[in-house]
Parts: sequence; structure tokens; C-alpha cells
Amino acid sequence: MTPSTIKLEITAEDYRIAGLAAAAVGLTLAEAAIPLPLPGVKPGLANIVTLIVLYQFGWRAAVWVSLLRIVAGALALGTFLTPTFVMSLAGGLSSLMILGLAGHLPRRLFGPVGLSALAAFAHIGAQLGVVGVWLMPGVNLLPLLSMFLGAAWISGLVNGLVVAGLLKSGVSGAKS
Amino acid sequence: MKPTAVLSLLKPGDWLVLAGGAVLVAALWGHGGNGDRVLIKQGGRVFLETTPRLDREVAVPGPLGITQVEIRGGRVRIKSDPGRHQICVKQGWLGPGQVAICLPNRVSVERGASVYDSLNY
Repeated sequence: MTPSTIKLEITAEDYRIAGLAAAAVGLTLAEAAIPLPLPGVKPGLANIVTLIVLYQFGWRAAVWVSLLRIVAGALALGTFLTPTFVMSLAGGLSSLMILGLAGHLPRRLFGPVGLSALAAFAHIGAQLGVVGVWLMPGVNLLPLLSMFLGAAWISGLVNGLVVAGLLKSGVSGAKS
Repeated sequence: MKPTAVLSLLKPGDWLVLAGGAVLVAALWGHGGNGDRVLIKQGGRVFLETTPRLDREVAVPGPLGITQVEIRGGRVRIKSDPGRHQICVKQGWLGPGQVAICLPNRVSVERGASVYDSLNY
């Protein structure tokens, strides 16, 4: 057998992203075990990791960590390629896009809480979009919109405060 | 952590985003709430489930003939019925939660709250 000529260079950044994604997957799994009053309303704890990565390693790393988390989390929970996965992916992509745009906002005025809230709104907006267009077309989602946006507001605020607190106290994801 | 320490984590733009979000939630609160479903039954079976937002007339066939159900401007009524007493027709436009029943023709029209079955998703 000829030895493989393909050599994968594993950089320090690869290790870092893998470690951070593992932390995010851990939070996703822990969150799945929490019983919640309403289906579809989750605290989105993994977004804490995404935001910290965004602040410390930039948007590209945040995209990697977030997408790895969505795929690996879905594989672990057994929802890969199900509607749940599609909703998770849509929410993740749209909040990453918002975070990419919000990265251009002045840092002096906008902190982690603002970014977290914007990302949460984008997340739930995209998910309701998927439900309205693909899963249950024709269903009137308007009565649910305020409730879901309210939940996103709270989780965005809480997660943002956690991120701001962690960044302030100098917790570094680089160690993982 | 003290409350002041928590507040120091928020920047002006963050307040702006949070306030905007709160205004949006408040504005949408109670919008398109209950009573956005029209359920037409014939002989105990669901004949049609629809929304009052779509203007239309539905002809429901029963043992005596056709019962005409009219949906217009977010309201619903029984326009005509082959029954003798015309009770359901005289009832006029239905408010949310009301039901009109044309007993001889076994047609009922419910103006009810929609039940969103989120458990299945």
C-alpha cells in the first residue's frame, strides 16, 4: 500500500477552534437536558461561547465554532438533518451574519449585551421564517412573534451580561 | 456582583438595542391574538378550517341542501340555510368564540381561537 501523500497540517488555531467548539457543544447538550416550559424557547447558552470567540479571535473563528457546534450538537442529539437542525442552522447563520455586520458598529458604544440581543433577535427571526415558509406555511405566526421576541430579549440580555462579565474579569478562551 | 457593576457592563448602544427590542415586543403584544380561526363542521365532521382574514363564501352541502357561509372583513356569518326556522342565519355575524348551528342541515360554524400545536415541532 502506498503511503498517503495527503498531509493535514493541524495548526494551533485548529486546536483552539476545536476546543472552543467542544465547549459550545457541551453547553448545547447541557441545555437540551433542561426542561423548558415552551418548545422552541431556549436560553441559547452556546451563544456565550460564540460571542467570546468573536471578541477574542474574530468573526471567522466565531463562524467556525458556531457551525461546528450546530453540526456536532445535532449529531449528538440525533437531530442532524431534521427540521430541528434546519431551524438551528438558519438561526445560527442569521445571527452570525448580524454579528458580522454589528462588528462594524463602534466598540465604544456597543458592547456584548447589544450584540448578544441583536444576535438573539436574528436567531429567532430566522427560525420563525423557516417555520412560516417551510414547516407550516400559512400558519399565522404573529401572535407568537411577541412571545418569542420577548424570550430572545431576555436570553440576549442574560447571555450578553455573562459575556461582558467574563470578558471584564479576563477569562480567556485561548487557554482551552 | 453588585447592581452597579452589572450596569457598568452595558454601553449606550446596548441600551438602545434593548430599548428597541422592548418597544418591538410591546408593539407586537396581543397582535393577531385569539379568534383567528373559522371552523366549519358538517354532520360532526370538520368540513373546512380557515382564517377569517380571507374573504370567501363557502357552500356546505347537508341533507337539506346547501348552507352558505360568508367570511368577509375578518367576520363570519351564515348567509343562507335551507332550514325552516333560520335561527343560524338570524344570528348574524359571529364574534370571537361564538358558534352558529344550523341544526336541520347539520352545519355548524365556529369562530374560535387557533390552537397552535407546537409540541409536534
